[in-house]
Amino acid sequence: MKAPLLSLQNVSLAFGGVRAISDVSFDIAEGEIRAIIGPNGAGKTSMLNVINGFYHPQQGAITYRGQTRKRMRPHAAAAQGIARTFQNVALFKGMTTLDNIMTGRGLKMHRGLFWQALRHGPALREEIRHREFCEEIIDFLEIEAIRKTPVGKLPYGLQKRVELGRALAMEPKLLLLDEPMAGMNREEKEDMSRFIVDANRRLGATIALIEHDIGVVMDLSDRVVVLEYGRKIADGTPDEVKSDPKVIAAYLGVAH
Amino acid sequence: MAGARANGANSDDTFAKLMRVNAWVRGERPAYRLKEFGVWRTWTWSQAYQETRALAQGLADLGIASGDRVAIAGANRPKLYWAVTAAQMLGAIPVPLYADAVAEEIAAVLEIAGARLIVAQDQEQVDKMMSILPRLHAVKHVLYEEPRGLADYDDPRLKSLDEVMAEGRKRLEDPALAKALDETIAAGRGSDPSVILFTSGTTGRSKGVVLTAERCIAAARDTVAFDNLTDRDEVLAYLPLAWVGDHYLNYAQGFVAGYCMACPESAATAAEDLREIGPSYHFAPPRVFEALLTRVSIRMEDAGPFKRWLFRHFMDVARRWGEKIVNREPTPLGARLHYALGRLIIYEPLKNTLGFTRIRVAYTAGEAIGAELFAFYRSLGLNLKQLYGQTEAFLYVTAQADGAVRSDTVGTPAPHVQLRLSAEGEVQFKSPGMFVGYWREPEKTAEALTEDGFVKTGDAGFFEPDGQLKIVDRAKDVGRLATGQLFAPKYIENKLKFYADIREAVALGAGRDFVTVMLNIELASVGNWAERNGVSYASYQELAGHPQVAELIRKHVEAVNRSLAQEPAMAGAQIRRFLILPKELEADDGELTRTQKVRRGFIAERYAPLVEGLYGGAREAAISAEITYEDGRKGRLEGRSVIHDLAPVATKPLPARAAA
Repeated sequence: MKAPLLSLQNVSLAFGGVRAISDVSFDIAEGEIRAIIGPNGAGKTSMLNVINGFYHPQQGAITYRGQTRKRMRPHAAAAQGIARTFQNVALFKGMTTLDNIMTGRGLKMHRGLFWQALRHGPALREEIRHREFCEEIIDFLEIEAIRKTPVGKLPYGLQKRVELGRALAMEPKLLLLDEPMAGMNREEKEDMSRFIVDANRRLGATIALIEHDIGVVMDLSDRVVVLEYGRKIADGTPDEVKSDPKVIAAYLGVAH
Repeated sequence: MAGARANGANSDDTFAKLMRVNAWVRGERPAYRLKEFGVWRTWTWSQAYQETRALAQGLADLGIASGDRVAIAGANRPKLYWAVTAAQMLGAIPVPLYADAVAEEIAAVLEIAGARLIVAQDQEQVDKMMSILPRLHAVKHVLYEEPRGLADYDDPRLKSLDEVMAEGRKRLEDPALAKALDETIAAGRGSDPSVILFTSGTTGRSKGVVLTAERCIAAARDTVAFDNLTDRDEVLAYLPLAWVGDHYLNYAQGFVAGYCMACPESAATAAEDLREIGPSYHFAPPRVFEALLTRVSIRMEDAGPFKRWLFRHFMDVARRWGEKIVNREPTPLGARLHYALGRLIIYEPLKNTLGFTRIRVAYTAGEAIGAELFAFYRSLGLNLKQLYGQTEAFLYVTAQADGAVRSDTVGTPAPHVQLRLSAEGEVQFKSPGMFVGYWREPEKTAEALTEDGFVKTGDAGFFEPDGQLKIVDRAKDVGRLATGQLFAPKYIENKLKFYADIREAVALGAGRDFVTVMLNIELASVGNWAERNGVSYASYQELAGHPQVAELIRKHVEAVNRSLAQEPAMAGAQIRRFLILPKELEADDGELTRTQKVRRGFIAERYAPLVEGLYGGAREAAISAEITYEDGRKGRLEGRSVIHDLAPVATKPLPARAAA
């Protein structure tokens, strides 16, 4: 296995007296699909928020691409290639699919506001280049038909897909997906799984994903980390995790 | 250019030669467009010719030679159309397949055709082919256009279409090979099979209709002249490749007239792409026009009151005067001005929204189109016409000329088409584009032809006094009443079904003294009526049995009788009794086919007590029977229906129609 893209060492996070994450360590290897699972309130989303710098853990260290940091702002994380989607879709509802995906290119636009407002010369050329990139994502996600539809009018499953598109527009090194398949039917889940695998293999994004559908998790991921009450209770390949008595107990609620 | 013409009188008797002519004559004109990554990409005739040659060379290097069959599966894409022409350049026979056909159907067709090579659009098509390949020993290669998802496939028969084309392009840099390909193209004969189009197989096994290039081109020449199509026209190619309509309207006519065919980004974006392209020549089946109208109506319902009023007002004006103005009949100046204002603020913007602004000629065919629906589009100033045809004719048998357009007929015989009715009323034709036979099925071919070489269409029809053909039904469904009167059940059913309140109709009468019908009401529209009129109901059955509903339906049936009385051939087949069925007819219960056609015989059997009531003079009939559904479950069918009598409308002499 290659050197980890990201590693967390003994991370703890508390809100006042509530411990959301206690002393968790794991790593994400370059090019893998890493799942984070666990019962509700186990600290999965908090974990993602720590990774992309939205929360700052009180203890522990985070090493991303060889650099250990104490504090990082989300926009700095984005600039370094960490993109994410949210548990509840967070898109600009009044804007079209294309415009939403274009916003993912924002950090990659280098011309100043002046040129962009003029929409002329280098800024126009730059916009055309970014538009081309977005069109490839649209083609990749098979959402040509909704290119110009305001996102608020789309069904939930498609909104999730657009959100993935916006994250992909950032050309992320590390893609954090927070329940990408929540509320989807089987067919939508199959489509989304295909897109996630393709984003990983063809676009080369390393993926960390939170998902409740255990079947999907076991199919998609290379390694799984299991959290419960903010603690890591298991870490390994899907097969290892599946047969771990602690995981079974956590999921079936057997006293231990 | 003159030199090219001088090559011989037959320099354009195949599609390969025609493409070469187009590359010479209008090399810089657009030939193909494709929307990809959000933008339209265009190939000129000369570019398309070079691409097609490259593909032809690539196919030749894979061993494709004269007489081989090349199957093509996928959506409308320039490269797939080039595959058709490339095969034709080599004298091979292209066999386009329905992209949405399941693997089993495709296997059957490929087996009959004996295809050596398959061109498949994407992973979906490739997967289907791979699943049936073990059974198809003739297939040596499968080429795919879109590589997505195919990276892990390692079947040696699988190749990328782009790579085959690139290889061919490189090989053609050798002048000797280029010359050899020129000679192969020149050696093509117009009398050899040019394409095999498989019938959709809704009735029995599908048959391969073999068409020759010279006949296809002759038919296309006639109709290109008929509608004055030129290389300035443009079409949106969205019809299935395997359907004769696509091969005719987009391929053959496009090659003859030299116009551009634009391929949509995907099936889901076709409506949007239509708007962007704004074709000048267009075809759509009636249900597409119906769906568009529904979309417009729904969006108008959501509009503000002033816009709604404007729309309603000007649509009334259009309904009243539009068709007359479009047909250039004398109309008062005030009406013309009013209509002109409507064009400015409603009709043209509406047409623009639908992508119809530039349409000069539009056709619809395939099924009966409602008079109201037809009039709606015509009154907007859209030159919508009807045609009648079939694969065996290479589409056109009849077509409506500009200025002689009606909703209930399909036109007069197309140029150089001989048309006649058999003693049983079956339409038979001989046409310039007619097929040479079914692929490897001489018995079936013989069955389809009369002794003197006319093609039997299987459709029953009659000529109107102005010479226009009217199709009434499939010939095998047309019967006679005990009185000898012609009885065309579907014709009567369609007339009834044009009323929004009537969902399904089953006409009975073959061998009986008179015609009766059993009806299903349309819950959406009758329910709406009930709401407005304070009729309360709890179920379909209750609403269907309501006396006021019966009165509503009676008015429609009477109107149908009045319209039947207008037609000398049909006047004796007026509806004398009807009832409203206590249950909705359903495909799940075997009463309709999967394509929503009524299974008349089956229904007559299941509802035998009601049929007895209709013909036994009863005022009311009840049904209570145990029925077995298709999946083996048993259910109980119970209900009663009141039977209504109707007085026949006196047959009026046919009023002289204004022949336009």
